[in-house]
Amino acid sequence: MTSPIQSLSKAVTVNDNPFMKPMEWVSLALLAGVVLVVLPLALDGFRLNLVGKYLTYAFVALGLVICWGYAGILSLGQGVFFGLGGYCMAMYLKLEASSVENTKIQSTPGIPDFMDWNQITAIPWFWQPFKSLPLTLLLVVAVPVAFAFLISVAMFKRRVGGTYFAIITQAIAAILTILIVGQQGYTGGINGITDLRTLHGWDIRTDSAKVILYFVNGGLLIGCILMAQYVKRSKLGRILVAMREKEDRVRFSGYSVAGFKVFAFCLAAAFAAVGGAMFTLQVGFMSPSFVGIVPSIEMVIYAAVGGRLSLFGAVWGTLLVNYAKTSFSESFPDLWLFGLGALFIAVVLAFPNGLAGLWREHVEPRLFRKAKGLTPTPTPVLPAHGAPAE
Amino acid sequence: MFGEYSLADLSSIFVMQGFAGLILFSVYVLMALGLAIIFGQMGVINMAHGEFMILGAYVTYLCSGFFQTHLPSLFGAYFFIAMALAFLASGALGMLVEWALIRHLYKRPLDTLLATWGLSLILQQAYRSIFGPREVGVELPSWMMGSIPVTDSIEVQINGLFVIAVTTVITLGVALLIYRSRFGAQIRAVMSNRPMAGAVGIDTEKVDRYTFGLGCGIAGIAGSAFTMIGSTGPTSGQLYIVDTFLIVVFGGAASLLGTIASAFSISQTQSTLEFFLSGSMAKVLTLLAVVGILMLRPQGLFTLKVRR
Amino acid sequence: MAKDISDTENGLRSPLRRKLLMGMAGLPALALMPRPSFAAAPPTSAVNTTGLAVTDTEVTVGILHSATGTMAISETGSIQAEKLAIAQINEAGGVLGRKIKVIQEDGASDWPTFAEKAKKLLVNDHCAAVMGCWTSASRKAALPVFEQYNGLLYYPTFYEGLEQSKNVIYTGQEATQQILASLDWVHKEKGAKTFFMIGSDYIWPRTSNKIARKHVENVLKGSVVGEEYFPLGHTQFNSVINKIKLKKPDVIFADVVGGSNVAFYKQLKAAGIDLSKQTLLTISVTEDEIDGIGGDNIAGAYSCMKYFQSLKNPNNEAFVAAFKKMWGEKTVIGDVTQAAYLGPFLWKMAVEKAGSFDVDKVVAASPGIEFKQAPEGYVKIHENHHLWSKTRVAKALPTGQFEVVYESPELIEPNPFPKGYQ
Repeated sequence: MTSPIQSLSKAVTVNDNPFMKPMEWVSLALLAGVVLVVLPLALDGFRLNLVGKYLTYAFVALGLVICWGYAGILSLGQGVFFGLGGYCMAMYLKLEASSVENTKIQSTPGIPDFMDWNQITAIPWFWQPFKSLPLTLLLVVAVPVAFAFLISVAMFKRRVGGTYFAIITQAIAAILTILIVGQQGYTGGINGITDLRTLHGWDIRTDSAKVILYFVNGGLLIGCILMAQYVKRSKLGRILVAMREKEDRVRFSGYSVAGFKVFAFCLAAAFAAVGGAMFTLQVGFMSPSFVGIVPSIEMVIYAAVGGRLSLFGAVWGTLLVNYAKTSFSESFPDLWLFGLGALFIAVVLAFPNGLAGLWREHVEPRLFRKAKGLTPTPTPVLPAHGAPAE
Repeated sequence: MFGEYSLADLSSIFVMQGFAGLILFSVYVLMALGLAIIFGQMGVINMAHGEFMILGAYVTYLCSGFFQTHLPSLFGAYFFIAMALAFLASGALGMLVEWALIRHLYKRPLDTLLATWGLSLILQQAYRSIFGPREVGVELPSWMMGSIPVTDSIEVQINGLFVIAVTTVITLGVALLIYRSRFGAQIRAVMSNRPMAGAVGIDTEKVDRYTFGLGCGIAGIAGSAFTMIGSTGPTSGQLYIVDTFLIVVFGGAASLLGTIASAFSISQTQSTLEFFLSGSMAKVLTLLAVVGILMLRPQGLFTLKVRR
Repeated sequence: MAKDISDTENGLRSPLRRKLLMGMAGLPALALMPRPSFAAAPPTSAVNTTGLAVTDTEVTVGILHSATGTMAISETGSIQAEKLAIAQINEAGGVLGRKIKVIQEDGASDWPTFAEKAKKLLVNDHCAAVMGCWTSASRKAALPVFEQYNGLLYYPTFYEGLEQSKNVIYTGQEATQQILASLDWVHKEKGAKTFFMIGSDYIWPRTSNKIARKHVENVLKGSVVGEEYFPLGHTQFNSVINKIKLKKPDVIFADVVGGSNVAFYKQLKAAGIDLSKQTLLTISVTEDEIDGIGGDNIAGAYSCMKYFQSLKNPNNEAFVAAFKKMWGEKTVIGDVTQAAYLGPFLWKMAVEKAGSFDVDKVVAASPGIEFKQAPEGYVKIHENHHLWSKTRVAKALPTGQFEVVYESPELIEPNPFPKGYQ
């Protein structure tokens, strides 16, 4: 499984850079086994749907591994892309749910209920493309990526630094939330787009549909992991790391730093958008509360807990944090916020490489000592102190 | 647009609106000043800034309760004591946080963001456990309420004047401290070249700690002052955080003057737009303008050339 | 897990084993396995033919509010009221001879969580009824779940209307009920002709203001001289206060919520707008909100609600006393808290009228149910699942309580889809 880029760089990398190391294949198989076999067998429909919802956040965490862990761009606005993807999907589903016979009590039948309440009598132009499923599926990814492109090109061309970028993305999340809430005639306002029923005639609310959607979601997640892995292992991934460590040197070597950064950011946005669309399908609605600053930052913590350099870690991190959130917030609501806060601090101070780092630093060496046949391959690890300067 | 009003009306709108803008300006400066020191000078992204402000507000709340029950005769003056205590409480907490948390992270500015976000969650929950989830009402001395009529149609809010006065004093104090005092010289030395500053005998760790404490303390004063105009609850601090960061970033992080200029331009834009448009749209347009300008001019309004 | 490691000690020395160990990270997910659900009552029971959690001695009811997050401030009162009502019902012998057992879930101020927990309460716990939701967003998120699994929700908040579901009983007022009579009152009593509307920017204030505007313009023949919206959490109102000063409206009509509320009234007072001279009518301030605003800052404003803690009637006095006994002397009771208190009683009466816990039968029995012991006075369930109720206007006092100055003479018919107001 060698890519064209890899074969180009064969001279330097020889066998050092296969698509996936054996260990990673096992990680993948394990993840796929747990997500696609163990959990569906072990959980009832209700809890499986819950896991499905968590896994949609894992898409965002995956994107953050590429864009934050590898390229060093911390975005505090991933909720924007998650939300845009989700809204695109929700618009299609809402149009389908607002058929003339479903909405005949409205003063204008055939348009979404919230438009009717706001005296809008025709479907606005930017809703029109969402009447078609293929176009919707395209736009689910295209709209957020285009938006990410717009934001990032302007900023990276002008070499906006890491912290600045984080704050600006945060402001964008705030702006978009205010806009969505304020323009309720077009967006459903603070209630979001609710009461979604069918996808191209297929009822997404039934238990069997939820199970199918869970598997689609799991499959897409694995697909995204493979894609991220491809990027990570390719020469591109190495340039991203090089940029993170010493941006100027990469620039002086003749690379277009801005171009690579834009790519990483757009890829992360695309992942987030897929997650958002799957979220809408599984949960059955979309609302501005997933667009704002707080969810965006929480998504960063998923990646951080899992290990900002590990694709698989990001998925485990997402599952772990959300599981903890659900179970702790039920039994000890007060302790939960203390716990979440402490988790943020602990991850930063003590375990900057998250679960994956703990695994590598503590479990792996011991195993290798016993298994003398294998030598551990050096894996990227952020030093606990004095990691890349800005 | 102005046709429906008389000339006298127009001039009083002009004056009052200018005054409203000035109050907003003072509020913004006060909000941003502490952060400008912490983020601008030290490069630490303190997401818990709002929570340090609310700590000041809670201190004021406790003070007002204390004075009402124990020293009712001095109630009129309690606010000044409350502000001093707010400064000390937030400053002390800030120094503690710097020692326990921030000093390990100076080389990883993005990580300070995560850690301080965690800190803000912990503080919010702590306020909730201690003071309850509801907003608390802070009793103000009666002289601080109401307004002074200047003409028939122009009135000046006393608490607005108070905020302006507090902001002026604090800003001047900070400017003197940073640009005229020995400690200020040390801060600037450490921030522009840490190893060199250490080499000439400055205790850089101590300077860091006091600088962070100073920034947090100013946040405490701001929170205390804002009990006059805003709400005091466990999550009230969150309301300020985006605005505050944008002001500091827009001003060009490392410059105090920049922060003031940026607070001025943002507050005037917002206050003017709010008058002519709906509040929501004014907010969106202001934020968009700021983000747009930052995309074109990422270094902010003013920049200081420093080694990074 | 430790055993696994020793078992494989001499086994395959491959990365596989390490990866299996890495899978430990996924272990907590195993704990997601279904918890034992509460025993469903035998379907033979005459009162329960649909598999609800009803036994010979108990019936399970869910409470679904935010105990954590930003909405906890508001929803705590509703939880307290519902628990009080259920305790009182149990003390009086329960429902159809069965004690009510409560399962409380936390919506955590997060709308999908409401949908999730609603589903848990219905699917896992088979609750016969659920008292819950507070914001419209949480109700909208949970509503499809209640409709899909045929649950029964008692929703306490006054809200914007535009909704009617078979599976929901709305115990708060919809917008026309709350607003119209009070506008008539302020028009008649204060001769109000011009109105300035200011609200937080989301669906409830916008819909309420729309209804108010239509009423002012079409019925009262007055005019709206300004309509302003601010983002949720906005704290700077000086510009809009200047506008108000300039327009000199007869009435400020306010529906600002949350932290913005506090900032708005403080700045209004500081700007020298004296609420004893300038009429201000709000539909978003209850006793709960005054706690944070401070009684001094809002004294003189008029609030329109269906319930105020200071109502003088024996029902209310007993209710307030019982509430304070259970939850402490310092607690205040706002409109929504009282509406939440009605839920369990309305459900009990409907169950007893139907002679069954089955949701369909309870729903069918609900219209026409009368509750004469309600703290707000007599209420009745309308065919559209909202309550007939009176509306009241009260003046805020510096103590944080309200003094009722007007009460609609008749019960007002709920009208969630008002013709001519959309």
